[in-house]
Amino acid sequence: MIRGHAWKFGDSVNTDAIISGKYKFRTLNLEELSKHAMESIAPDFAKKVRYGDIIVAGENFGCGSSREQAPLVLKHLGIGCIVAKSFARIFYRNAINVGLPVMESEEIFSETDAGDLLEVDLEKGIVKNVSKKKTFNTRQLPTFLLEILKDGGLVEHFKKWKRFKWAP
Amino acid sequence: MEDKARKFHNSWGKNLGKTITEKILSSASGREVSAGDIVVAPIDLAMAQDGTAPLAIKAFREMGGKRVWDQKKIVLIIDHVAPSTSEGTSQLHQLMREFALEQKVKLYDVGAGICHQVLPEEGFVKPGSVIVGADSHTCTYGALGVLATGIGSTEMAAVFLSGKLWFKVPETIRCNIRGRLPKGAMAKDVILHVIGKVKADGATYKAMEFCGPTVKKMSIASRMTLCNMAVEMGAKTGIIAPDEKVKEYLEGKVGGKFPLIASDEDAKYGDVLDFDVSELEPQVAKPQAVDNVSPVGEIEGVDVDQVFLGSCTNGRIEDLRAAASMLEGRKVKEGTRMLVVPASRKVYLQAMGEGLIKTFIDAGCIICSPGCGPCMGGHIGILGPGEVCVATSNRNFLGRMGSEKAKIYLASPLTAAASAVAGKIIDPRKLMR
Repeated sequence: MIRGHAWKFGDSVNTDAIISGKYKFRTLNLEELSKHAMESIAPDFAKKVRYGDIIVAGENFGCGSSREQAPLVLKHLGIGCIVAKSFARIFYRNAINVGLPVMESEEIFSETDAGDLLEVDLEKGIVKNVSKKKTFNTRQLPTFLLEILKDGGLVEHFKKWKRFKWAP
Repeated sequence: MEDKARKFHNSWGKNLGKTITEKILSSASGREVSAGDIVVAPIDLAMAQDGTAPLAIKAFREMGGKRVWDQKKIVLIIDHVAPSTSEGTSQLHQLMREFALEQKVKLYDVGAGICHQVLPEEGFVKPGSVIVGADSHTCTYGALGVLATGIGSTEMAAVFLSGKLWFKVPETIRCNIRGRLPKGAMAKDVILHVIGKVKADGATYKAMEFCGPTVKKMSIASRMTLCNMAVEMGAKTGIIAPDEKVKEYLEGKVGGKFPLIASDEDAKYGDVLDFDVSELEPQVAKPQAVDNVSPVGEIEGVDVDQVFLGSCTNGRIEDLRAAASMLEGRKVKEGTRMLVVPASRKVYLQAMGEGLIKTFIDAGCIICSPGCGPCMGGHIGILGPGEVCVATSNRNFLGRMGSEKAKIYLASPLTAAASAVAGKIIDPRKLMR
């Protein structure tokens, strides 16, 4: 069970906003990179985010470049899950591959305020807004993606299975 | 590739109701698939650059990788921050060089140019193939009739190991473009116009197939400009059916036969868009979104500090020629600077041979080494607070090229060069001779 407070972001949050290009070419050190997460749109984010916190966002979250540092810094800061109306596809894949849960839901955005306490059941695809006492269904993740997430990301998945476990 | 091409040719005749994208993924996965199906396809070419390769190499090692699946199908390239500007960056470049040497994979080092120009130029891109690149603008190769898409670093590590990747077969949006491009309008204006209509998430997870008489007439470079920016609408890829022009472009670069595949007449599309560009004005994407597009006339007069000509969108020889035609015998306005970054060493040499470099230098431009240049704020040409840049690149996000207080306007090479001469944003048609 993922449990944490909501951070709200709007539509088309791009990967330059999540982690600017001016930092990511210098180092692979996530501790260092994470300090700059979201700094242009939410300067307090990196300092105030707490383990398990959940990002609630609008359409097209993570649009822009293919940089995997984007989901990585969010995961490093302790983000437990991102629930957005929709995701840009490379970010979506990257998030799953680094073991950061992503869920799609149209309704949660308008029914959630920043700071609300949320609980996420990834396998059932359910998000509960504890503060508002409301429960939402999300679009179910395909089983093979859920398995990558359960293994903790694609690196662990490959360590365990030596390949993509799933084949059509 | 030849075997695959032949198999492809035999099994996918006309009127199976398939799009070009469905055909390529059917052929690659060895079964007939349609939009929505999930397939595992063998990868014909995998590319990673200095922003993404270091993480991919790290993940490859963590996965227990010893040898890559096929050294001939992997290309590494140092183009994003090239040459290096810090010790940290240099260490990441060293990591790539060591990996390339150890695994015997091809590495294009500092100065070769931008991945999306170098790979087609060097004959790595063959129609009908499946290409993944750890770079979002990998969709550029679709101009040559391939299924090419961007992926992240960890997936790239999985490809390095296994040579395969899963794909959801995308639905296709057919984007039909007709009408003769009027004076002053370029492929960049067409794609900016399309993005302004489709919006930044209008094609999420879909393939954007460009077709129609205008596309047919376009050069390969112009087609690359179109496909390059498909990702700015969320698309998985941009693609154009290969034709005789593609054959001509690939002559001497790619050996063997390849199929001139096209979508079937009865192919099923998610959407069909129709654009008449015969009266298209030069377009500009205003800060801070690529879909915030208007005709240049609406924003004329904005003072410009920096002009950037280059990038995987517009750093090719035809782009340099267009800008040089504007700058010939003129000067970049005092108070404005113009950076010219050829997309590759070959483009640079060709521009020298044609006298374009001299034209640029005479006009007061700064020529930088081939690569991505200032596009992503990694090194040269970083914008200060309050500065305005007219760029021929593909993204104008907040802080993309430096300060969060800077503003980026995306435009064609003609509009960019004209704005450098005027020192402010201007309709290039006013300065065309």
